[in-house]
Amino acid sequence: MPDAYVADDPAGAFPLVQLLTPEGERVSHADYSYEGDDEAIRGLFRDLVLSRRIDFEAHALQRHGELGLWAPALGQEAAQIGSGRALLPQDFAFPTYREHGVALCRGVDPALLLGLFRGVELGGWDPVEHGFALYSIVIGAQTLHATGYAMGLTLDGEVGRNDPERDAAVIAYFGDGATSQGDVNEAFDWAAVFNAPVVFFCQNNQYAISASTERNTRGPIAQRAGGFGFDGIRVDGNDVLACHAVTTAAMQKARNGEGPTLIEAYTYRMGAHTTSDDPSRYRDSAEVETWKLKDPIERVKRYLLTQGTPQEFFDELDVEADELGKHLRETCKSLPDPDLAALFDHVYVDGSTELEEQKAQYVAFRDSLEPEGSEA
Amino acid sequence: MSTKMPLGKGLNAGLRAAMEADDKVLIMGEDVGKLGGVFRITDGLQKDFGESRVIDAPLAESGIVGTAVGLAFRGYRPVLEIQFDGFVYPAYDQIVSQVAKLHFRSQGRVKMPIVIRIPFGGGIGAVEHHSESPEAQFALTAGLKVVSCSNANDAFWMIQQAIASDDPIVFMEPKRRYWDQGEVDTESEPLPLHASKIVRDGTDATLIAYGPMVKTCLEAAEAAAEESMSLEVIDLRTLSPLDLAPVFESVRRTGRAIVVHEASQTLGLGAEISSRITESCFYSLEAPVIRVTGYDLPYPPSRVEEEFLPGLDRVLDAVDRSLAY
Repeated sequence: MPDAYVADDPAGAFPLVQLLTPEGERVSHADYSYEGDDEAIRGLFRDLVLSRRIDFEAHALQRHGELGLWAPALGQEAAQIGSGRALLPQDFAFPTYREHGVALCRGVDPALLLGLFRGVELGGWDPVEHGFALYSIVIGAQTLHATGYAMGLTLDGEVGRNDPERDAAVIAYFGDGATSQGDVNEAFDWAAVFNAPVVFFCQNNQYAISASTERNTRGPIAQRAGGFGFDGIRVDGNDVLACHAVTTAAMQKARNGEGPTLIEAYTYRMGAHTTSDDPSRYRDSAEVETWKLKDPIERVKRYLLTQGTPQEFFDELDVEADELGKHLRETCKSLPDPDLAALFDHVYVDGSTELEEQKAQYVAFRDSLEPEGSEA
Repeated sequence: MSTKMPLGKGLNAGLRAAMEADDKVLIMGEDVGKLGGVFRITDGLQKDFGESRVIDAPLAESGIVGTAVGLAFRGYRPVLEIQFDGFVYPAYDQIVSQVAKLHFRSQGRVKMPIVIRIPFGGGIGAVEHHSESPEAQFALTAGLKVVSCSNANDAFWMIQQAIASDDPIVFMEPKRRYWDQGEVDTESEPLPLHASKIVRDGTDATLIAYGPMVKTCLEAAEAAAEESMSLEVIDLRTLSPLDLAPVFESVRRTGRAIVVHEASQTLGLGAEISSRITESCFYSLEAPVIRVTGYDLPYPPSRVEEEFLPGLDRVLDAVDRSLAY
């Protein structure tokens, strides 16, 4: 087992669920198992690689001045792909601003994720079409939205019919820092009181910007659930099989009408919080080096190689990742700047006279300016 | 058909009508179920519509508004009760950062048809945090619409119109007027939700008010009439967007404007209204626009609230100052 967050879990009540070691060996667990075959694991590996490529390209685009900011998910791919691939089409996910891997799983064109960070969008995709809400930048606010949506599922009778085509649940993503927020604790309470079909998926990546987990909680995050009256699970967040297994179980439990679960995916943010900060100021390189050995992608690759996966598979995936990178680079630069005049139309459904007047004033002023270069 | 009832009953009847008309309408808040709300505005609704449509919430205002966002995502039309004005602040982030912005952020793909009912204002001798007037804090937030009723008929109709609106509405209820009787016409077509209304004709000056101060202004106009002064009174009804066309038309006739509200003066709605009147009616004004408001204090102990709040005499004093120019 990897180190078990002993400082916060002296009784060892929340050992990490792990199904694939950093060395690439499958291990069994008394309560959870990954049901997919090696073909399915190759599918997860593909997602891991592509989601890391999204991160790589976006980071590069930021460094080239094409994005104002990027929130890297480097190191958290297994938590995101493992949980994201455990969702059914009818489920709904409420992300933070870092769930690029989950977005991939929900069928959102990764290029659309760039709009927010390029400053041409405040969202970019249709949340209802994808069952994937817009990124939430306010920490923890989306956990309440997820809980409310889950209450709506119950009211609509979309829970507990033993119908795999229709029974649905919600997943809320947040980080370890968010557990300090009132909204997250209100969401826990609300979900328990109303037995809402929601899974709280905390990616404990060890840092809230520069503040370590110990600055945000004095007890194991998974333990919080018990105080609110539901189950908490701690999973190796760098193990895609374990993340998939525990999320699958928790989501199915929610779909069955058996209420919420808190999953603490114990992982590590290998990069910065965003491209604006410098992690070398708040953590030492030895810590980073330790976590590199637990890389979520390398361990799956090791496993697949021992199973005799042909090199051709990896080569083809490299080509696919290159194509995705090209798509991101080309699409990013072609994302159109928004038309300020059009933005007036989306403040209200029913509009307002004041806004119409301001729009008219803006358009008239804009149109009164001489076009660039006309003075020549 | 016209029926006499208190303003609070008008709201109750309006909520009932909205719930009957659309089964996606949900009521959620603290004590709204069995108790019927601390002011009994939701009295009897849980009994008739069930616990899944009139939901007694945990004691957490951000939770009430935040979960309503998710319910709205799911196609529901939540009507939320914030128990008292001074308790809305824990929910402020969800209201201004989430409810107000999601339609805009999603380029119109997501609607937030949420009504946030807030009993507001003073005059009932309540303890701290129970008598505030935070309407301007919502009116200045793009994406929210804010309205306030002043009488039973508007209470009955405006709450239904707010619930039917696809935009989020902050619905300010003048709690000290809950028990005031008024005629409710349940059949005639009401005014649009976002329309102000001249509620008393006059020629010497225009009084502009909303919510609890409408009655105060009508009483002032009545008193002024005994001294041969003719005051026009406008009930704004909608605070965001403001419907100022009738105000401008009135001020152009009377040449004088006095804006009255309970909320503090600095950066209150009176400041915006005064500015807009000055921009639009500059050549018609015989006097500067005068504000009669609460002072820039945190709401004071209730034993002195009658001095803090604009009353008949302060309104008439302002009229005298306006007419003296």
